[in-house]
This record gives sequence, structure tokens and C-alpha cells, in this order.
Amino acid sequence: MIQLENVTKTYPKASRPSLDDVSVGIEKGEFVFFIGPSGSGKSTIIKLLLHEVAPTQGKVMVNTKDVTSIRSWKIPHFRRSIGCVFQDFRLLPNRTAYENVAFALEVIGKTKAVSRRVVPEVLELVGLGGKEHRYPHELSGGEQQRVAVARAFVNRPLILLADEPTGNLDPDTSIEIMRLLDRINRTGTTVVMVTHDSNIVNQMRRRVIEIESGRIVRDQARGVYG
Amino acid sequence: MRLKYVLNEVLVGLWRNVTMTIAMIITMAVSLTMLGASVLLYMQVDQMKNFYYGEIEVSIFLRTDVTDAQRQAIDSAISANPLVADKTYETREEALKRFQELWKDSPEFVNSVGPNSLPESFRVKLKDPETYKTFTDQMTGMQGIQDIIDQRALLDKVFNIFNAIQVGALVVAGVMALAALLLVGNTIQVAAYSKRREVAVMKLVGASNWFIQAPFVLEAVVAGVIGALLGFIFLFVSKLVLLDNKLQALTNILTPIDNGNVWLMLPLLAGVGAVVSAVTAWVTLRFYLKV
Repeated sequence: MIQLENVTKTYPKASRPSLDDVSVGIEKGEFVFFIGPSGSGKSTIIKLLLHEVAPTQGKVMVNTKDVTSIRSWKIPHFRRSIGCVFQDFRLLPNRTAYENVAFALEVIGKTKAVSRRVVPEVLELVGLGGKEHRYPHELSGGEQQRVAVARAFVNRPLILLADEPTGNLDPDTSIEIMRLLDRINRTGTTVVMVTHDSNIVNQMRRRVIEIESGRIVRDQARGVYG
Repeated sequence: MRLKYVLNEVLVGLWRNVTMTIAMIITMAVSLTMLGASVLLYMQVDQMKNFYYGEIEVSIFLRTDVTDAQRQAIDSAISANPLVADKTYETREEALKRFQELWKDSPEFVNSVGPNSLPESFRVKLKDPETYKTFTDQMTGMQGIQDIIDQRALLDKVFNIFNAIQVGALVVAGVMALAALLLVGNTIQVAAYSKRREVAVMKLVGASNWFIQAPFVLEAVVAGVIGALLGFIFLFVSKLVLLDNKLQALTNILTPIDNGNVWLMLPLLAGVGAVVSAVTAWVTLRFYLKV
């Protein structure tokens, strides 16, 4: 599903590469943690998978497609197969939970009829049934992140990328969000999560890939934060 | 539904930043008015050239002490010249009469001119006005000629003035267009900034580039077209009020401006306004909405 082959990424003006000759493969339906200290290159992996940045060297394959060879005008279409969740939720403050999710559908050309059918369903799935018409500021942090997960998942992506999704949440809420991601993973969606929340990694017991200074130092099935 | 969304975004965008929108429309309107005036003037000068060059004559003024033999020689030389289409002879008395008729509104001026102050002349119409130079050269050596004057030289002076006005209008149009471009660019930047959250989400979920950019570009195009419409209306009203009423005397000398030509400015201005706005907006977005 995801294949990095000898990927090196050096940002312009950086003295050393953020990712240094990294090779890793992730199968369909896996749940993978990327862990490591700040600046170790974890988030660069997310950016590479979304093709927000291009690798300096090496190949990034997503869903058997070589990401770097996708023509720039086709990138938007490519991104529709990937859902994304961030630490800061990135919701639109002037839209309700329902509208936030519907917006994501409608800007990629789905009709209102489709969103009327699909959005309540996915909001129910993330546990926000009955709160569809609340604005982000009327929701707790955990609830806002659920909206963000709903938005990422509503299009039934093959892959869900989560960049420190629990970074702004308290431990209890974090665990609820993790249960939600776990449930999404069980529907067959590959989940890639970048985090340095040791508590969560230790509880989940999933594959852990540890990165330090741009290199993979550990790749362990059912691992702990260590 | 997508079209509805885009159109709605355009209206909201124009309204959110309404002072900037108005500034954009006004500069666009002034710039396009100047462009339209310039183009109209260009067409007008062309039309006038065609009209007047067909009418112009070469005047050969004779010396006051010209002898009958000299006059006879000049007359037959003109008649024999293959370049000449037609000629008339004007005596001093006829010249004076014509002069009195022309200036009958200022009797003092007429009275100051004695019966002998005006020279007799041949008025020669050439087959091709362009051959004026050759004709003059052929005639110049003859005895009894005071002066040879081509009306074309006079007309050229008039046309030079028109050309200068036209260039002036074009320069103003250019400067205003530059201001309009900068305003469009700035408006688009502000619009892109105020919608940065939406744009970020749209990029994230994979909305196509045209869908993200279309509202911004259309915003500029709508402003450009409104500016063009205002410019056109201003141009048309100016034409009706100034040329057809207040300055009608001038219009009679100039050849009337065809209303059809003025209507022609509508698609021209709208097209230029729309294309210029769209291109500017699109280029601005290249810098501010990296996809």
C-alpha cells in the first residue's frame, strides 16, 4: 500500500537531510506508528505521502503509484484517496460540524444529495450523532477532532494519515480518539500515525517505526514506545 | 451545484472587500474608457483621411504681376500634365467674394482686405493626392507662380494633433491599466488570505485546482467586466452629449463618428477588461496559492 524506497529528503538550506535513505513498506490494512523526537523527520513522511514535498532521492509509492511521477494537475485527485487528520483539527470555524464534513465532499464535486445521505452516517460513526449543527467553538477538543476524523474518512479513503492527532487532547480524550482510529482501521483503512505520545503507543500495541535524525532505528510489530 | 457554489463565492468575495472592489472597478473603467476613446479616435482619423484626401486640391497662386502669356503657359502646362484630374481657375474677384462669404461674421476683417490683396489661382485636383510632390516639382520652375500650396500639408497638421491626442489617451490608458492591474493583484491577495482556511481544507481533501482558483479569478473578471460596462456607458454618453450636441460644429468639420463604431467598443472593452483581470488574478494566485 505504501512503499518508501531509499528516500532521502533534504530541504533547501538545511545542513543535513530530514530523511536519510529511508526504506519502509506498509501493507494494506496496517496500523503504523511513526515515533521519534521533534525534528526527527516524522512529519516529512506525511508530507511526502501527500506529495506536499517531493523526495530529493528515492521513490515514494502509494497505492502502487509512484507519487513523484504524478503530474501536478492530477495531485488533487490523488489526494482524494488519502484522509488526513492534524493536531490543530483544521476545521472551518464559521461552519457547523455537518457543514465542515459536507464541505469536504462538495468541493470535490459530490452533490448535496450525497452529503445529506453520507454525512450524518459518518458523524454517527465518530460518535457525534445529535451534535451535527454545533459550531467548532461549541464543541470540546475531542469532539472537534472527531469532526476532523469524520471529514477525513467521509470519502472512504484507502489511507488515513494522522499527524499527532492527540497532541492537543488530554489523555482520556486521546484514548477515545485512538479507539475511533482503531475502528476505522478495522474497516480495512490503512492508518499511519505520527506521534510522540508514549502512553498511546504502549496501549495500542501496533507496529512502531522509530525515527531518529532521519533514519529508521527500530521497526517492530506490536511495539511499545521504548 | 458546483456552479452555484462558485458564483456564490464570487459574490461573497466581491462584497466582503467592497471598497477594494469599487476601486478596482473605477480604475478599470477609466482605463478602458481611455482605451476606447483612443481606438475610436484612431478609427476616426483613418476615416477622415479617406474622406478628406479625396477632396483636397493643390492651389497654385499666381504673382500679382503675372502676365497673360505666363498665365496661359501655366494653364496649358496643368492641362497637359497626366497627373491632373481636374482644374479650376479663380480670379482675384472670385477669391475676394469667397473670402467675404467665408468671413461674413467679421466685417472689420473683411474690410481690411482690399480687392487686390488676394491672388488669383488655379485649383488643381490630382488623380492621386499622393503624387503631390511630383506635380509640385514639375510646376515650380514656371514663371509667374507665387506659391504652390497642398491642402494635404494642412490636413497633416490637423491629423498630427489627433494622433498626439490618441497617443496621450493610450498613455493614460496604460498608466491606469497598470494601477488596475496592481489593484486586481492586491484584491486577489486579500481575498486569498481571507479564505486561507477554506483553501487549505480544499487542498487537503483534493479539490481540483480550477475549483479552488475559479472563484478568485471570476471575482476579478466580474469586476473587470463591470468596469468595462461603465467605461462603455461613459464613452457613449460622452459621444452623445459632447460630439452630437455641444460640439456639433466641430463634428461637422470632422466627419461624424458612427454609432456602430462606438458599439464596437463594448465587446472590445469587455474583452480586454475580462482577459486582463483574469490573467492578473491567475498570475497572482500562482504566487499566493501554491498547490
